[in-house]
Amino acid sequence: MAQSDRSMRSALGRVRHHGAAREGTGHFIAMRFTSIALAILSLWFVIAAALSLREGTYLSVIDFLAQPVNAVGVILLTVISLYHMALGMQDVILDYIQKPSSKILLMLLNVLVPLALGAGAVFAVLHLNFGV
Amino acid sequence: MAGVTRPEDRPISPHLQIWRWHVTMLSSILHRFTGIALYGAAILFAVWLMIAAAGPETYAYIAPHLTAWYGQIVLYLIVASLAYHLANGIRHLVFDTGAGLNPGDADTSAWFALLFAVAAPVGLWLLLTFGA
Repeated sequence: MAQSDRSMRSALGRVRHHGAAREGTGHFIAMRFTSIALAILSLWFVIAAALSLREGTYLSVIDFLAQPVNAVGVILLTVISLYHMALGMQDVILDYIQKPSSKILLMLLNVLVPLALGAGAVFAVLHLNFGV
Repeated sequence: MAGVTRPEDRPISPHLQIWRWHVTMLSSILHRFTGIALYGAAILFAVWLMIAAAGPETYAYIAPHLTAWYGQIVLYLIVASLAYHLANGIRHLVFDTGAGLNPGDADTSAWFALLFAVAAPVGLWLLLTFGA
């Protein structure tokens, strides 16, 4: 901090953008809401899928995903899971990664990977039901 | 904090190696560990949906791996991770209300979350093997 005495920057300019992002409460609430939704959806999916897919055949998978309730449930499960896990991984990255370039890269990947997977998975379920 | 030096004689915060192991510590570490594992599981889940949508020829590439012993072990570990993260997540939702935070209750609920993580995949296996 020795150079601060000679800096041309104002005291306000030095501290600006180094404080809280003011998004913490939204993150906290989103984590809780998604966790309540996932507690129900994941429990339903594991039991329903295990019972329907135990033969492990392609047809059993198609039969399962072609049921409207299952298709909607799987889409909800996928989208909410990806959002919840991105929020959680954000906490992990901010806790453990200090190097700014690595942190920014991982934070970017943590947005892009869930987005790409979500788009692909939702399209997959829709394609199975409405595709040609 | 570049340039800031710590006076040598001041105590530093005890780290993981210093603390006596106790169950609430294990429950906290496992929550993060299973969360990261489930991030991987969600990626596999999304890819599985896309492969199913790609058609029977593509699905035939992965179907043998899902029913093979190593695939079954991975699925078992995913169910166990999910069961733990679910049980401990509910424990955290209870903590958020301010309840169950004294050491005795927190220890008991941590043991229940661990027990559920062991019992749930076994219970699912029993349901599939002997049940419906």
